[in-house]
Parts: sequence; structure tokens; C-alpha cells
Amino acid sequence: MEDYKPPDLPSPFNNTTPPPTLLTQGAEAHLYKTTSLNPSNPAALKIRPSKPYRHPILDRRLTRQRILQEARCLAKLVREGVSVPALLALDWEGHGGEEGGWGGAWLMMEWIEGDVVRVVLEKWEAWMKNNQASLDESQIEREEAQVRGLLKKMGAAIGALHKAGVVHGDLTTSNLMLRPFAGADGAGAESVSTEGDVVLIDFGLASQSAQDEDRAVDLYVLERAIGSTHPRSEPLFDELLLGYRESYKGAPSALKRLEDVRMRGRKRSMLG
Amino acid sequence: MIAIGMEGSANKLGIGIMLHPKDGSPPQVLANIRHTYVSPPGEGFLPKDTARHHRAWVVKLVKQALKEARVSVDDVDCICFTQGPGMGAPLQSVVVAARMLSLLWGKELVGVNHCVGHIEMGRLITGATNPVVLYVSGGNTQVIAYSSQRYRIFGETLDMAVGNCLDRFARTLHISNDPAPGYNIEQLAKQGKQLVDLPYVVKGMDCSFSGILAAIDGLAREWGLGGEEKAKEDEKNIQKSVIAANEGLESTPTRADLCFSLQETVFSMLVEITERAMAHVGSKQVLIVGGVGSNERLQEMMGIMARDRGGSVYATDERFCIDNGIMIAQAGMLAYGTGYRTPLEKSTCTQRFRTDEVFVKWRN
Repeated sequence: MEDYKPPDLPSPFNNTTPPPTLLTQGAEAHLYKTTSLNPSNPAALKIRPSKPYRHPILDRRLTRQRILQEARCLAKLVREGVSVPALLALDWEGHGGEEGGWGGAWLMMEWIEGDVVRVVLEKWEAWMKNNQASLDESQIEREEAQVRGLLKKMGAAIGALHKAGVVHGDLTTSNLMLRPFAGADGAGAESVSTEGDVVLIDFGLASQSAQDEDRAVDLYVLERAIGSTHPRSEPLFDELLLGYRESYKGAPSALKRLEDVRMRGRKRSMLG
Repeated sequence: MIAIGMEGSANKLGIGIMLHPKDGSPPQVLANIRHTYVSPPGEGFLPKDTARHHRAWVVKLVKQALKEARVSVDDVDCICFTQGPGMGAPLQSVVVAARMLSLLWGKELVGVNHCVGHIEMGRLITGATNPVVLYVSGGNTQVIAYSSQRYRIFGETLDMAVGNCLDRFARTLHISNDPAPGYNIEQLAKQGKQLVDLPYVVKGMDCSFSGILAAIDGLAREWGLGGEEKAKEDEKNIQKSVIAANEGLESTPTRADLCFSLQETVFSMLVEITERAMAHVGSKQVLIVGGVGSNERLQEMMGIMARDRGGSVYATDERFCIDNGIMIAQAGMLAYGTGYRTPLEKSTCTQRFRTDEVFVKWRN
């Protein structure tokens, strides 16, 4: 950990002022906060550094393919009015490092305020754990209704995405953001607020598809991610599906396919 | 506390004896022996023949293990056996042996999930505390992380296991199954230079290998690289092909190139899904277990990935990676320590037994 240093930024980001700040290191990409055109206009910069563990040919092929795919999906979704960050600029063959060699690809997007849903749910789960004893039944119910509402909004957002003919490919609670309504003051609230718009982010594995299979796999991936990271919210997944079902015409058939996809994991118990 | 572990879920029959000292000092391996059923080149191991192999060897191996460990039957506290997942017939024959010993010696039985055995052994040997686990073998491909008393599966293969993909391609090329097809692919791949375009299938944290196998089998057929004659030629030409590769003379891919490309592609997929799981759970440790985990190229790639994330990779060698008895003894003893027993009438085995079905009482 001590001697860890993120890879060099591709140009021109290696000499912008102020320098981009690293927000997170995802699996595939580093996310920076930078500014676009003028210093008061924040923007998200996603860099896909080259992956030294991969064969260079395979690495270039995958990086290029994925950044272009991501850009095309974002452009399409913005056009269709789905709530995703707008695409500002990109380069699939960025130059970085001292030799000016292959430095990975980058993509600049609109800045989204707020937390990812994973954080919102974790905050809520922690809050519930601490306060459950002091809450009466109606308050607990109100809290759960609030989270159910959030899951329903998530379902609707995913439905809008699928309706536009795009599948995400890696839906987790880390890839959904809750953007608070403009002017809303989150601080001092009694519990964790779930007010706001659900914005989908990270289209690194997205593709254009209108097949039930792909849509169902999308939902299945999310279901498993929720099950493994938010055990407490897992029973509420049905709420998300409800929001999804109501969001567009093709939803019921995608949900039907989801049943099949669930049966497909390996070495499922043969009981029941 | 001393436990015997009996493993036979695939073509390896392993008997291991572990000691958990009463004073809480680190567990010790007293004996770890294994006998592998090797099928001829171009063929896989069939359940029937594998089971016959296990039945023929199990008594001999148990005796040898006791002798090596220098313990008598009276010292043994429990008999741990693999309950699943695995091939039905080989599992059966080992369970029968375990039951027999239990009745003969009056020892209690402990059923163990094979995957949990791998994880616990890996944790013990490497000292990794809370790693993301990549479990890759001939029958399993899973990315696992521990969370509230379960080993949860974050990603897995949607069709065949990665080891199965490699083994079956070894069959296409008629590569020897001794000591293991994957090992021989690894050696051949070291001479490969040219990367052939293959499908690359990652869906979120899951991946799929059957399409890759079909594609590379097709390429081998197209270039006439499969079959027995080519395998024989290969042995003679190794010298020549190395020279040719060094001079860059080749235009069409060789058998070595195909092995190289297959490894590069599938291992990239595995490292990618592991990295995604690490990012998701915020862990910096990776533990590789299972037979494919002894592949040095996979360990190298995983090491580079972990280093770039500021973490580290933990891997073991073939004694602990490839199926063995001590891992069953180790996981069994952890469960035994918490009071877990498998009564005789419940000492069944099953081909399907998911990692996340086990309640992990011994961790918090």
C-alpha cells in the first residue's frame, strides 16, 4: 500500500490546473474529478489505464472497444432522455507516461452530485441498526417504505435504460447514484434521505441490446449484488422489480426471462 | 486434535492428516498424500473408472498416511470427508470408505464442502486474513468473498469451469494428461508467441468459457493442429519450433500459439472478474486456490493486477492447490471445533453443493 502510485495521467490532464483529483479506483478505470472548459464547471474524468497484466494486443483491443462502446451508449441514452451523465469528450488512444506511449483511454462526463446507492443503503442500514430499538412500529414502517420507494425508483431507472435499447452489463449498487434534488438540504435530517433522482453511471460494460436475455441478466446481476452487499435490503428487491415492471412495455417478458436466468447458476441445490 | 481428511471428488484421491495443537499454536500437516487417476491422451476421466481407482487405492493410502504421520488410530479425533460438489461416483466411493472407517474405529464423521476446504487451506498456508478468493479448478470457477458467516459467490462461470476448458482443449491437441493436462498446456504455452483472436466473455462478475473452447477447437481443426499425429510431431519438433519462433518465421499459428492465446484470454477474464470483486468489496488481498491456481502465468498476472491496486496476491503450490486430503481435514476440524458433526445417517454426498450453503460458524 505504501508505495502505491496511480498510473500517470494521459495528456492533457498531466498539466491542467488544478490537477484532477482521484476519487475512486474501480476495477477497470480510475475516476477523477476535474473541470471542463472553465474552472467552475466540474466534470468527471474516467481513465482506463492500460492493464499491464494483459497481453498488449488484447489490452488495446479491449480498452478501445470498451471506451467506444461506453461513449456510444452514453450518447444514445442522453438523446433518449435517460438520466445518465452527459458525454463531454473522449480519446481512445490517450498518450501518457514520459515516453508519450500508450497510456490508456479516457472519457470526460458531466459531474453528478450525490452518493452512490450502495452508500445510501449502507448509511440507512447502519442508521436502522443504531436506532431500531427507539423506533415504534409505524416509524420502522415509514423507514422501510422510504427504502422501498428508492428501490422502486431504481427499478424505473433501469426500465428506462432498457426501454432505450441499452443494457448496462454491470449493475451493482455502486453503479447507481442518488442525485439529491437541487436545493435540498440533506444535513440534519432525521434519518438517511432517499429523496432525489436515480442516475445510472459507469457504462463500461454496457451494450446496445433489446433482447430479453440481456435485460434479464442485467437484473440478475443486480439482484446478486444486492444480496451479497446489502443482506438487510435483499427482501426489498421485489420492490425494484415492481418499479421495473411498470416502466415500459417489454418489462413483463424480460422479468419472465429472469426466472430462467435465476435457475441457471451452477451447482444449484437440487432441493425444491 | 487430529483429523483425517478424505478427498475424492474428481480424479485425485487425497488422504491428509492434520494436527490442531491444544495450546492454540498453528495447525500442522502430519501427512499429505495423493494418488491421481490419469487417463490416456485425448480422453478425459470417466466417473466409473475414477471411482474404481479410488476404491482400489483408498485403504492403501489411509494406511500409508497413518504411517507417515506416526499416529495411531486412537489419536485420531474425527474423520472428515468431501460431501460435494464433485463427480457422483468418485464421491460415493470415498464416502463409503469414510463411513466404514468411522464404524470400524468408532470415530465421528464431519462432512466438508470441497470449495470451503480449498479456501480454508489457502488461508492457513498463506496467512491471508480476509481475501477475495478466486477458486479455479477443473470443476469450479468462482470468485468468493466472506461476509457474515458465509463464503458468498460474487462471480462464477455461467457454463463450464476454466480448468475443464483447458483440459478439453488438451484433449483436442492430444496433450498428455500426466501429471495434469493444464500443466502440460502451461509448458507448451511458454513457447507460444502469437496471440490469436478469441472471444472474450465477461458478464459483470460472471464469465463464460464454452464459446471460447468451441472457437479454439475450430481454429485447431482449421489449421490441422489437433489429433494424435500432430502431438507426436510436436515432441520431435519442439527444438525446431523454438528456433522458428525466435526468428519470427511462422505465419500460421502453432499448437504452442493456441495454448498461449487460450491461457492469455481466459486468465485475463479471471483476473478481470477478480479485480472487479476486489473493487466491489474494497479488499486488497487475493487468494488463488484450486488446481488451475498452480499455473504460474495466472499467478503472475494476478500479481501484477494486485500490485497495481496496492495489494498482494496469495497463492500456494501444487501440494495445497490441487485437491488434497489435508484441506478437508483442515476445514472439517474447524467445523468440528464448533461442535459440528455429521451423523452416519446424514453422511451422504451430493454432486451439487454450493459454497454459500455452508454456515461458517468458525469465523466472525
